[in-house]
Amino acid sequence: MIFALFSYDSISDFVDSMMGSWAAWAWVVVALIHAVIIIHFFAVAPLFYIWLERKVSGRIQDRLGPTRVGGKFGWLQTLADGLKLIQKEDLCPQSADQLMFRISPYIVFVATFGAFIVLPFSNGWVAQNLEIGIFFMLAVMSLEVIGIILAGYSSGSKWALFGGMREAAQMVSYEIPMAICALVPIVAAGSLNFVEIGRMQSGWFFPNWLMFNNPFTFLAFFVYFTVATASVKRAPFDLAEAESELVAGFHTEYSGIRWSYFFMAEYAGMFAVSGIAVFLFLGGWYTGIGPLDASLVSLQSVGPYGILSYIVNLIFMVVFITKGCLLVFLQIWIRWTFPRLRIDQVMMTCLKYLLPMSCALFLGAVLWPLLYYSVSSGESPRTKWFGEPLYDKVIAAEPASAEQAARQSAPQLAKGER
Amino acid sequence: MPELNFCILIGAVLFVSGVVCMATKRNAIGVLMGVELVLNAANLNFVAFARYTALGLDGQILSLFVIVLAAAEAAVALAIALNFYNNHLTIDVDRADDLHG
Amino acid sequence: MATNFFFWLLLVVAIAGLAGLLLVRDASRRTPWLAAFLVSFGVLAVWQSAVMFKDTTASQVLFSLFGAAVCFGALGVVLSQNVVRMAFWLIVSLGSTSGLFFLLNADFVGAVQLLVYVGGTLVLLIFGVMLTASGPYVTMKTSPTEWVAAAVVSSLLLGLILVSAFGVDWQAVDYAEAGNTTTQDASAGSSVQEGTTLRPLGWALLGLRPDKDLQKPGEPSGVGYLLPFEIVSVHLLVVLIGAAYLARAKRRVDQTPGTTAL
Repeated sequence: MIFALFSYDSISDFVDSMMGSWAAWAWVVVALIHAVIIIHFFAVAPLFYIWLERKVSGRIQDRLGPTRVGGKFGWLQTLADGLKLIQKEDLCPQSADQLMFRISPYIVFVATFGAFIVLPFSNGWVAQNLEIGIFFMLAVMSLEVIGIILAGYSSGSKWALFGGMREAAQMVSYEIPMAICALVPIVAAGSLNFVEIGRMQSGWFFPNWLMFNNPFTFLAFFVYFTVATASVKRAPFDLAEAESELVAGFHTEYSGIRWSYFFMAEYAGMFAVSGIAVFLFLGGWYTGIGPLDASLVSLQSVGPYGILSYIVNLIFMVVFITKGCLLVFLQIWIRWTFPRLRIDQVMMTCLKYLLPMSCALFLGAVLWPLLYYSVSSGESPRTKWFGEPLYDKVIAAEPASAEQAARQSAPQLAKGER
Repeated sequence: MPELNFCILIGAVLFVSGVVCMATKRNAIGVLMGVELVLNAANLNFVAFARYTALGLDGQILSLFVIVLAAAEAAVALAIALNFYNNHLTIDVDRADDLHG
Repeated sequence: MATNFFFWLLLVVAIAGLAGLLLVRDASRRTPWLAAFLVSFGVLAVWQSAVMFKDTTASQVLFSLFGAAVCFGALGVVLSQNVVRMAFWLIVSLGSTSGLFFLLNADFVGAVQLLVYVGGTLVLLIFGVMLTASGPYVTMKTSPTEWVAAAVVSSLLLGLILVSAFGVDWQAVDYAEAGNTTTQDASAGSSVQEGTTLRPLGWALLGLRPDKDLQKPGEPSGVGYLLPFEIVSVHLLVVLIGAAYLARAKRRVDQTPGTTAL
């Protein structure tokens, strides 16, 4: 009976079949399940990344990092820190604007959480498969700026105000080259939908991953990664949190659980932009080894009740999370290697160097199919690389269950797939 | 059509709030916020009519244009307000009476 | 409402709890009455609302939630005295409007609202608020007579708008305009009905209207929006250059010491 669970294609199907007549409440249950699943990732990832940061920074600085709590490697150090932060006194400075001081961590948290609604973790495992996936993610992540400005302003201290304003200026400026660099592989792929972009990248990594599709997407990956690091206010662009300059920037007056909301949002944001980079450039949930991917995809149609499909999707999820963690590790590594930029250097880098670079890459990516079309004759532009049409790949890479194929052809409205 | 009426109601509340904001606030930026509310009321109406009548895609395209033009207008109005503040050291619109008779 | 034995039992317990809460003099002995009242009232409320609202769809619930958020945000903007709090309520209002757009199958417009309006225009407004701040939390109060006048005028205006808007039968207007004699088969706005508006919007901004042109062969072609798109692009460029020039840093009159640029 438990195996029959695997035959449902999505959580919403399962819940609807059990609570058929209670329409609104079924929706509430589905939304709660999705939210709880995402919150698990959203909360556990910072736990892991903070530990990773402390270990990596320790090793880079020729020391060990946490080694006591939870065994030889300090696995539970972050948990212990979290427990300490939770039981701290909930301070609110007297000159602070009480309502907004309390609300701004939640705004930042919710803005970063909303980005995970459209981020798939595996083939079809996404809370909401929106047609405008990447655009929605960029739009929701841009709300974080407001939380930071309000946090800086409402703290009632000048360090917080300066830190908040600088931070807001930096984040808002870096959103522009981030969106343009994210557009470069989208022009190559032809869709804003994350699941479709992921399905396009099956097979050997060299011609199929969008990073290797044309030279402009290759360069766009590096520019995007730089800009994304700046956008989540990580070093070398971390003026807002620079202890040596601004006490602690916009979160100077925050302590305890409120401070940890900001940090959960920061580390989850690092994973979110890394996740975007993995989907747009690095092949999504596919391993990039041709025969392995082909065998895994073919396994998805075998087996009773779709259990094997579920296990294959689980493997793909592990691959995706590993790739995301590697990019986060890269961000941590960069933080502890390079010195910090001044605020005017940060703004100059964005507006004088990265923005024209990303515009040039965008122009190149848009003109590339024209060049290809004029070189190769008679074939439709943009949809071929080394002979195989991209759109055929999308249809071939779908899970081969008949139900799912039939459902893919009808547009989905507010139906979660996972 | 009850759903369309509901959206019209919300749009009307937004519009009236925007007008009251424009009329009563003394801070110039507060007046600007009223303008934003009015524009959003119009946008909501456009999108609601696009959904529930034969207006279709045109409503959504027009609301995109409204958003873009609202951003442009907010930038200019803010520049004017900043200039006023730099010259008079106050943002109170009741003090903008240099040309008063 | 399901008025069976359990309903009456819970109602009696709730009333008894409330009575005990109000009649007991000693504050430290009120806890069990408070607990009884809260538990029974809570169970009653959840159960009865589950029964009463069994057939409401999720979209109706969400419409009500987001609509209420929009209206309360707008009221917050009007009633706040501090301009930063006004900005916060405006963010709440505009964000909920974006949610309403998503519910009205306008995904792209909703995302553009979040990205451009809330994440761009409102950030610009907040920067303006910071740059024109005249002291910590200085409020410019509106006098009570202005409040009364505003309330009267706003309620009259709201009534006028609602009466004129609700008095129109939009469905009949729709049929007359579109020339449909049968029920509207959503042909003119099929992508809007389904929520997949991304590609039709992109084509329309390039001047193509496949959603209109393919539906009624022989009719004049649908309106493309290429020219307005180009005009708005150039307009935005010109306006922003002008605004940046207008707002450039100039020497301030009576610059007090200690005020530094950010």
